[in-house]
Parts: sequence; structure tokens; C-alpha cells
Amino acid sequence: MFKGMIHKGALSALAGLLAVMLILPCLIPRFYVYLIASILVMALLAMSLNLVVGFGGLFQFHHGVFYGVGAYAVALLITKTGLPQWICFVLAPFAAALAGLIIGLICIRLRQLYFAMIQISLGSLLWALAFRWYDFTGGDDGIHGIPMPDILSGIHNSYYFILTVFTLSIIGLFFILSSPFGITLQAARDNAQRCEAIGVFVRRHQLFAIVIASFFAGVAGVLFVVLEGSVFPDLLFWVLSLEILIMCLLGGWFTFAGPIIGAALMLSLRSFIGMQTEYWTLILGIILALLIFFLPQGVWGYILEKVKSRKEAVVEREA
Amino acid sequence: MLRVENLMNSFGDFRAVDGANLAVEKGKIVAVIGPNGAGKTTLFNLITGHLKPEAGKIIFKGEDITGLPPYTICKKGIARSFQLLNIFPRLTVFDNVQVAVLSQHNRSLHLFRPAKNLLVAETNHILENVGLLGKSQKIAGSLSQGDQKILEIAIALGNEPEFLILDEPTAGMSAEETTATMALVKRLAVEQGLTLLFCEHDIDIVFSMADRIMVMQQGKTIIEGTPDEVRQNEQVQQAYMGGS
Repeated sequence: MFKGMIHKGALSALAGLLAVMLILPCLIPRFYVYLIASILVMALLAMSLNLVVGFGGLFQFHHGVFYGVGAYAVALLITKTGLPQWICFVLAPFAAALAGLIIGLICIRLRQLYFAMIQISLGSLLWALAFRWYDFTGGDDGIHGIPMPDILSGIHNSYYFILTVFTLSIIGLFFILSSPFGITLQAARDNAQRCEAIGVFVRRHQLFAIVIASFFAGVAGVLFVVLEGSVFPDLLFWVLSLEILIMCLLGGWFTFAGPIIGAALMLSLRSFIGMQTEYWTLILGIILALLIFFLPQGVWGYILEKVKSRKEAVVEREA
Repeated sequence: MLRVENLMNSFGDFRAVDGANLAVEKGKIVAVIGPNGAGKTTLFNLITGHLKPEAGKIIFKGEDITGLPPYTICKKGIARSFQLLNIFPRLTVFDNVQVAVLSQHNRSLHLFRPAKNLLVAETNHILENVGLLGKSQKIAGSLSQGDQKILEIAIALGNEPEFLILDEPTAGMSAEETTATMALVKRLAVEQGLTLLFCEHDIDIVFSMADRIMVMQQGKTIIEGTPDEVRQNEQVQQAYMGGS
């Protein structure tokens, strides 16, 4: 059924990459395992954002909120209810999707920057709620020491869990983007007016995209809790939303894998430069500015372009 | 099939459409002509729901469709192309048409099947019909202006319309391209039994192709009739035929 959707060479490369990811924890220090796990969490969040920003063309400026809602949902469900943790893991992304539906319903009436502004305001409302409601959310302390199932104890176990969920999620995102829904979403991004003229209820379509993206952001939120065992209001803060937006931009808006590259670049730069100097944000900022200035299509977008033009050159030479 | 009664719409103080009347019978080819700013595009935008009329009625197949949103009107069988290029520039030519076909078959919201294998034959059939099949994997934005205009028509055909509105399908085309495109449009209309409403600046083409012609000036319908009737109308002669 999915025959021919992905190049055979690309498929074996991906399988190879997955194999490397599987044996990697046995070869490298724990710190790197932790770093890669946090990159995977961030990458999933950035990819869910890119579904609506890069492929949906919406000004989703406060996507981090849905990540925070997912994380808080799982933390609250585990600590406040007696439900088994696995059930909480499954429920939390749905809580994020519900938040996406409610915020989306309000935002989708507006366009572009107005959409962005109202989303930032509504998101900040949720952040204030988490920040101030000490009795329920733990306020600015957050919630710590969230009990995890035994099977997830230790960085290696949680790494494998995160890798599994991440892989399944991006396969899901890939299929969603190649589905009729995904193609139509991209068509609405390119030209909303024409899309309505061919019979698509564009706003409803975009609202669905927001809900789906929020769901996957919620999944990333759960993975964050699995990795860190705690939640805090910063997860809902707009700075994080800006960071994942930059990751998408850095990797390439219009590419599928771009946000993964963006997340990997950003988090690695931050860790390694952060080790050398206190002023890491300065250096990070300069590197980001240069990358965005010289590679406006993003790092991954640039690589894909190069590969494509080389292929075309080969075809021309043979012809 | 389509009846427009006393339609009015204004932008601020400017009456773009000020009492337009039009009746289109099934299977006919109807042209709207008039000077720039006469309200032709506004009229089309009102019919397809991109604008809401202030007064007047639009009846399609006996049903009042006045003021319905574009996506609803489209599902009732009216498809259109636009005067300014209106395609999906980042998608492939194939995807451009497939999006319309998917929408027509109510598949736009399907999530769990790859679009690649859906309604391929239908999409390719349309592309073949308009002569774009060989370019189906190109990015639409990279096509030539002429091909993009054809693609525009192909997208409209993806909705299997009964009623097709073409807003200056040959804008920006050379004389040869114009002739070829209008021949294509005519062939499609005949083959698929389409009812066609279009506007076009080339008067020769209009008079040779249309079954009926409606002339607009300053938002009003001056006359609506067969090419011969229109040709003999004095006002039209003054405006178009140099008053001879």
C-alpha cells in the first residue's frame, strides 16, 4: 500500500541510521545519551510545529504551550490520580490536542499576525495559570520527582523508549503529510483562496492541522517528563515557542526532516559552546544569524537543493 | 441553469456591480465582455461566493446560492479559474490537480492513506486532456506563464464541474497561445457537456465562440443576447466597433 512512497536508497539509509541509534548508547558516555534523547524530544516538538508552520503556513507562534500542556497533563495525572502511568502517557497527548482544539477554534478566525498575537495571549494565559496556581501545579517550582514505571528507570531505558516513540511519531507525521489531508493542507498554504474555490473548507482543515500538531507536541511533552521526571512553567513560556520556531527555520521550513536538523544543531551548539564560555548565547546568536543569512532555505533545505541539482546535472550529462 | 438577478455590490462608494442580469442555459457558452473596470471579475466573484452581494439573487439549478461560501458553491458544481494566476506554486503539477480531485471526492480530510495512490487515473486523465501530462512531476511555479494558465483550468476541471467560469483564461498569452487555449476550452466544453461562462478581451474570439454574450458597462448589464443581436446594438457598436 505504501509502495513507492519513499526512495529505496533513502529507506536503507534510514534503517542504517536507526541501527546506529540503537547501538549508540553502548558506545558513548551517558551525557551524550542524555543529549541525544533531549534532541529527539525537541525534534519531535519542532516537527509537530513544522506541520502547521512549514506545511500549513499558519503563524503558530506559541506552539510550546501544547508541549507544556502535554507535560503538565502527564505530571498531574500521575501525581494526582491513581491511574497507571502508561494510561497517563496515552491520555496526555489527547489533553494537548484538546487544548489545541480550543485555542485553535479561537485563533483560526483571524489571519496571520492577528492569529499569532491571539495565540500568544491565550498561551500566556495558560503559562500564568501554571505559574501562579501553587496548590495545583506547584507554581514556579513545578512538579518534581514524578514516579516513572520501573522499566523506564535509568537514562538508557528512557533513551530507548524515547527513540521508539519518536520513530513511530515521525512515521505518523510522514504519512499524514503524504495523505490527502497533508497535500490539501499544503495547497491551502500555497493559495487559500484557490483552495476554497475547489471546495475545501480551509479553516476547518487548518484547525484539524493545529489539533494534530498539538497532539504530537503533547507526545513530545510526555517524552520530556519521561526524560526529566519533572515539569515547570518554562515549558509553557513563549521563549520556548520561539526557539522551536528558529529550529524549523534553521533546518528548513519546507522540508520534512529539517526541524530534526534544526533541533540537533541548536541543542548541540548550546551544550558545547555552553561548556566553553558563559557568553554562549552571544556566539549562538551569531552562528544562527549567519546560518539564516546565508542559508535562507535552512540547512537541510540547502543540502536537498544541492543533491537535487547534482542529480539533474548527471541526468543532463547522460542525456 | 444559472440566473443572476439584479445583482449589486460596491467597494466603499464605488458601485462595482450595479444591477447585473444574466441567464445561462445548460450546455451553452456565454461570454461577458466590457471595458476594464466594468465589473466582470466582481460579477464572477459574487457568483462563486468570494464576495457577498449587497442585493440581488443568484439561482443555480433552481436553488438560491446567494452569499454561500466558496467551498459550498464549488461542491454544487460551479468551478472557476482566476484572472491572476491562482495555482499552488510549491506543489507539483500533479498535486495541483489532485487536490481538486480529492476535494471533489470528499477525500480531503483522509489521513491514513497516501495520496500518491488515490484517484491517480482521474487526475492523469485531466492532465492528459489539457496536455500537461508530460509535465506532471514539475513544480507548478516553475512552469511557463502559458502552462500555468492551462494548469489553472485543469485545477477547475478537477472538480468535475457542470458549470465552469473562466476569468480571462488567456490573459498575458500570445496570439497563438490564445487561439490554442480557446480551442482547448471549446473542445473541453463540448466533450464534457460543460456550461461555460467566461470573459475575454479578444472580441473576435468572443464572437466566434460564444452562444450568447452579455455586455457590461459600469457594473450594469447593457444587453444580453446572441452574437448577432449584440453586434447590432448601438451602444455596443459605439464602445467596441468604433461607432461604425
